[in-house]
Amino acid sequence: MNVIAIPGSLDHQTVDAFLDEVAVLEEGRSLFDVRHLRWVDPNGMVALLVAGTVAARRQGAVPRLELPESSDVLGYLSRMGFFEAAQEVFGLEGAPRRRGGGPSDVLLEITSIAANADVHEVVERVQSRAGAILSSKLGYPATSVVQFAVILSEVCQNIVEHADSAGWVAAQAYNWAKRLGRYVVVISVMDVGQGFRRSLGDEHSARYADRWGDATALEAAFLHGLTRFADSGRGQGIQQIRRQVQRWNGAITIRSGTARIGQVPDWDDTLPLADALQPFPGAQISIILPARSGP
Amino acid sequence: MTDVPLDPVSIDVSRLLQRTVTSLYSHLVTRPTGRAVRMAIEAQLQVAGSCSLSLIDLTEVAILDFSCADEVVAKLLDDARANLAHEAFFVLRGVREPHRDQIQVVLERRSLAAVAETAPATFELLGACDEPERRAWGMVEEKGLVVDGELPTLLSGSEELAALERLVERRLVFRGPGSNRVHALSRLVERLL
Repeated sequence: MNVIAIPGSLDHQTVDAFLDEVAVLEEGRSLFDVRHLRWVDPNGMVALLVAGTVAARRQGAVPRLELPESSDVLGYLSRMGFFEAAQEVFGLEGAPRRRGGGPSDVLLEITSIAANADVHEVVERVQSRAGAILSSKLGYPATSVVQFAVILSEVCQNIVEHADSAGWVAAQAYNWAKRLGRYVVVISVMDVGQGFRRSLGDEHSARYADRWGDATALEAAFLHGLTRFADSGRGQGIQQIRRQVQRWNGAITIRSGTARIGQVPDWDDTLPLADALQPFPGAQISIILPARSGP
Repeated sequence: MTDVPLDPVSIDVSRLLQRTVTSLYSHLVTRPTGRAVRMAIEAQLQVAGSCSLSLIDLTEVAILDFSCADEVVAKLLDDARANLAHEAFFVLRGVREPHRDQIQVVLERRSLAAVAETAPATFELLGACDEPERRAWGMVEEKGLVVDGELPTLLSGSEELAALERLVERRLVFRGPGSNRVHALSRLVERLL
């Protein structure tokens, strides 16, 4: 049994190390030990799902998930819809059920993305909920809910159109009182599909010759808007997401295979390009949008 | 109005979306959705005459993403431009601030431009245009109708005269086939508003 001990904090800062560990799992069933988890954001939750999927695929056995000891974390994961999604990935025992009915403080629960109908569902949900959060917590204008929904739509379509595999999306607002002194919205979109290098390979690898790899594929899509489609109207989704995130002084990173590329503002110390990560399937996208000013 | 042999076509995109794709979706997002809506618009245009002026009404559309804007607006215009059997003119209606950027971007990406109503009774040229084209279009838009003899005094030089020719070719203004009078599309579309 491979035991993967999840750290106390699983978020956009620690998720790479976690995925690296899962990328090199050996044969045999895995146990994801989440007992000591104290803090988790959408990146951490969705990363657990993609990690479990990769482990199951590689090992041919459903991994187990040891539940968090913290009742706060359990409750939060439940409200985010984590356990419903996790039941499709992990062997779970004693997971709490989500209580329905009351008003939700969640911006976007974990949602599986496999088809265009799922993208419509995501847009429908955030359009009805995001406006109040974006204006009250982030100080964005009322019309920003459209741009926010457009970001989610485009980033989720990336899974449907390019991954050849299902994925998940989630979003939530947090008060980053210590780190940034203001609220942020964190969006996470991850899949375990073919990744950028394979998606773009047939069309673009020849011109890069032996330089073609995960980092160059990410640069091609992220910086230059290249896509596997010949149509000149394609490939603008990520470009426009980058542009809007920059307008809001936000951060966006995409990990695919062994590389991660990002557009990071002054307040974020993430490196704009990281290579030589462990090869993890698919694409993992994180977007962080900060409030315009302090609370 | 024999000077303007355009068949008027009015298309409410929001209604078309619900009728064409599914009543469950109220937003213009994803490429397949955009493709279905564009094909429905093209089907409506097929029953119009060989020369048409369509008002594409986006007023009731809440969310429009880039992929759908590319399919519904940019590809519609691009395909229409390539169709020599049917001379189709378009005016976009209800292009408010939340949609403007998406439409601007997808038009520029395909080197297209379109006349759009961006506020009540306010029309703008969106997309890829050079400065002489913008000046020439602005002049026609301001006047509404320009007769042939007025052009040398209204346009400052050969650069703007050439730009006006390009606007005619790009179907961003309409020139009457017999009279050579140049019409602003915003005026021609008034009867559809």
